Amino acid sequence: MRTLAMIKRVLQEMLRDKRTLAMMFIAPLLILTLVYFLFQSNNNQTADLAVRHVDSTLVKAVNNDNVKIHHVSSDDSAKQLIRDHDYAAVMTQKGDKLTLTLQNSNQTKSSIIKKSLQAGQVKLKNQATIATLKTQKEAIGKLQQQLTTLTKQAGMQTDAQADMSNQKNNAAKNYSVSTHYIYGDKDTTFFDAFLPIMMGFVVFFFVFLISGIALLRERTTGTLKRLLATPVKRGEIITGYLSGYGIFALVQTLLIVLYSMYVFDIQILGSIWNVLLINVLMAAVALTMGLFISTFAASEFQMMQFIPIVAIPQVFFSGIIPVDQMAGWLQAIGHLMPLYYGANAMSDVVTKGFNITQIWPNILILLLFAAVFLVLNLNAVRRYREV
Amino acid sequence: MAEVIQVTDLVQGYGKNIVISDINLSVSSGEILGLIGPSGSGKTTLINSIMGMLKPKKGSVTVLGTTMPNRKILARIGFMAQADALYETLTARENLTFFGQMQGMDTKDLPEQIDYATNVVSLNEDLDKHVGDYSGGMKRRLSLAIALVANPDILILDEPTVGIDPELRQQIWQELHRLSQKGKTILLTTHVMDDAEESDSLLMIRNGIAIAQGRPEQLIKEFGVNNIEEVFVKAGRDQDAHTSND
Ligand SMILES: Nc1ncnc2c1ncn2[C@@H]1O[C@H](COP(=O)(O)OP(=O)(O)O)[C@@H](O)[C@H]1O
Ligand SMILES: [Mg+2]
Repeated sequence: MRTLAMIKRVLQEMLRDKRTLAMMFIAPLLILTLVYFLFQSNNNQTADLAVRHVDSTLVKAVNNDNVKIHHVSSDDSAKQLIRDHDYAAVMTQKGDKLTLTLQNSNQTKSSIIKKSLQAGQVKLKNQATIATLKTQKEAIGKLQQQLTTLTKQAGMQTDAQADMSNQKNNAAKNYSVSTHYIYGDKDTTFFDAFLPIMMGFVVFFFVFLISGIALLRERTTGTLKRLLATPVKRGEIITGYLSGYGIFALVQTLLIVLYSMYVFDIQILGSIWNVLLINVLMAAVALTMGLFISTFAASEFQMMQFIPIVAIPQVFFSGIIPVDQMAGWLQAIGHLMPLYYGANAMSDVVTKGFNITQIWPNILILLLFAAVFLVLNLNAVRRYREV
Repeated sequence: MAEVIQVTDLVQGYGKNIVISDINLSVSSGEILGLIGPSGSGKTTLINSIMGMLKPKKGSVTVLGTTMPNRKILARIGFMAQADALYETLTARENLTFFGQMQGMDTKDLPEQIDYATNVVSLNEDLDKHVGDYSGGMKRRLSLAIALVANPDILILDEPTVGIDPELRQQIWQELHRLSQKGKTILLTTHVMDDAEESDSLLMIRNGIAIAQGRPEQLIKEFGVNNIEEVFVKAGRDQDAHTSND
């Protein structure tokens, strides 16, 4: 009952404060968009793709403004070809098997090639589907025609049947692609790998800041003290805060995920539910942490001072720089950062398609973070009322 | 007469700094006790101790027979803090609703009680205005309405008449007397001598020490002066004489 009243009040206050609302919902999208364009800016590069014995239909489908096709026939190894001609990639076909060798010193070019190949395959499949539909339509048309004549001339051999069996030829070839990298590996793609991390960070950052400042304001205006002069339990206050801001964090997360999916066209290999789960947990950690940190700030300005200490370092350990290659003591610091676990889990789900059974250790640690800060919060409120 | 609030040998302070010492007071059911003293004398500290926001350093505080601090007792106390603590982005009605619910009120009693409480402080016209647009006096009145809204048995009011014009002050005192006749116990602090004269009994406090205690007319007689203000001045001089003798 009291918790509900708390939640309602948090929502009311938030909805009245248009600027904070905009900060919570629009700013993250702006940041993500900026990052998107930063990484896309060199996307009007063209990547040189050498093809050897590849079906002309596929080559045609793969070709686009960002790809320059070179037909080669020499027997040199792909590596040799790339060395000699600085191709971004060489694609060779044997039967249904495609071998794609990427130079990969420029990840943008690699991703252009990979995207183009994917797009090409999808294009071929679509064409095949359309062709199939067309033949089916024709066949059905013929059948209908013959059905009408059938009443006159019974027992005639239909050539519609023959047409039906022709359909198989329209089906797209199912190419299997094996990809090789000369420099680095497949994880060295950029925006695709960066976005899940950014998503987690943006959720964390804004929820941390806004919930922290909200509780801070409650402290500086004296309403927290006033609240504790009512029979409300400390737990009810914290739960009210968590749920109220949790609702906003959830909406924000949904917005960011949908925006990433539909505007940036990010491919989520794993389940979207897992993406949401991780983001919600990140928000929970940010909430409890923001509320707790705000007890050490005497003003909004001091709260801002915690950003370089609490929020920024998390980015460095979120996987943008591989943590397992850092010095031991740095790794230890990394393991104290909630974003390290959140970003790890996010990357695993988004780029590797991991499911819940594979990411649960990260999930568990995030839960633990939230629980620890929750207890710390309950104790921090004790300062204002002993019971 | 049952003692509703009982403070015994209370010593209170912040950290190592002792602010009030050896305070004894009791307020019985239906009584209005006025706490008078200059600013910084420790009135708010005493009030916060009675509310259980501070744990006594020494001595004890009981409210309705329960030792403070106690969370549940707070449901029976209507509190008005010295500093207005209101949600400025919300309307007065939303503030009253929220604090009413926090106090544990039934939702169905809210409209009627909000109507009553705002009538006492003449705020009904501005009930749906945002508190951020209120004047200082209006905020003070809303704080008092919040203390009244849950129909509590005890009212603890820290400087309720500051910034309130004389006409409304009279209206509020009328309501306080009516409530005390109905058996509500009221404890308030003030440094306005007019408020002191309205109280049933007084506790004068200076530098954290009680310097005089009793019914207003009894105190005037005892000190052989004409009004409460003179009582306070004389009692203060006595205190100074006493300390310099030490
Ligand atoms: N939160 C606090 N921390 C430390 N000292 C305080 C605090 N609140 C009040 N004091 C000190 O206690 C003394 C009494 O203050 P207070 O109880 O507010 O007096 P009054 O309400 O009579 O004006 C003052 O000297 C004040 O500086
Ligand atoms: Mg005071």
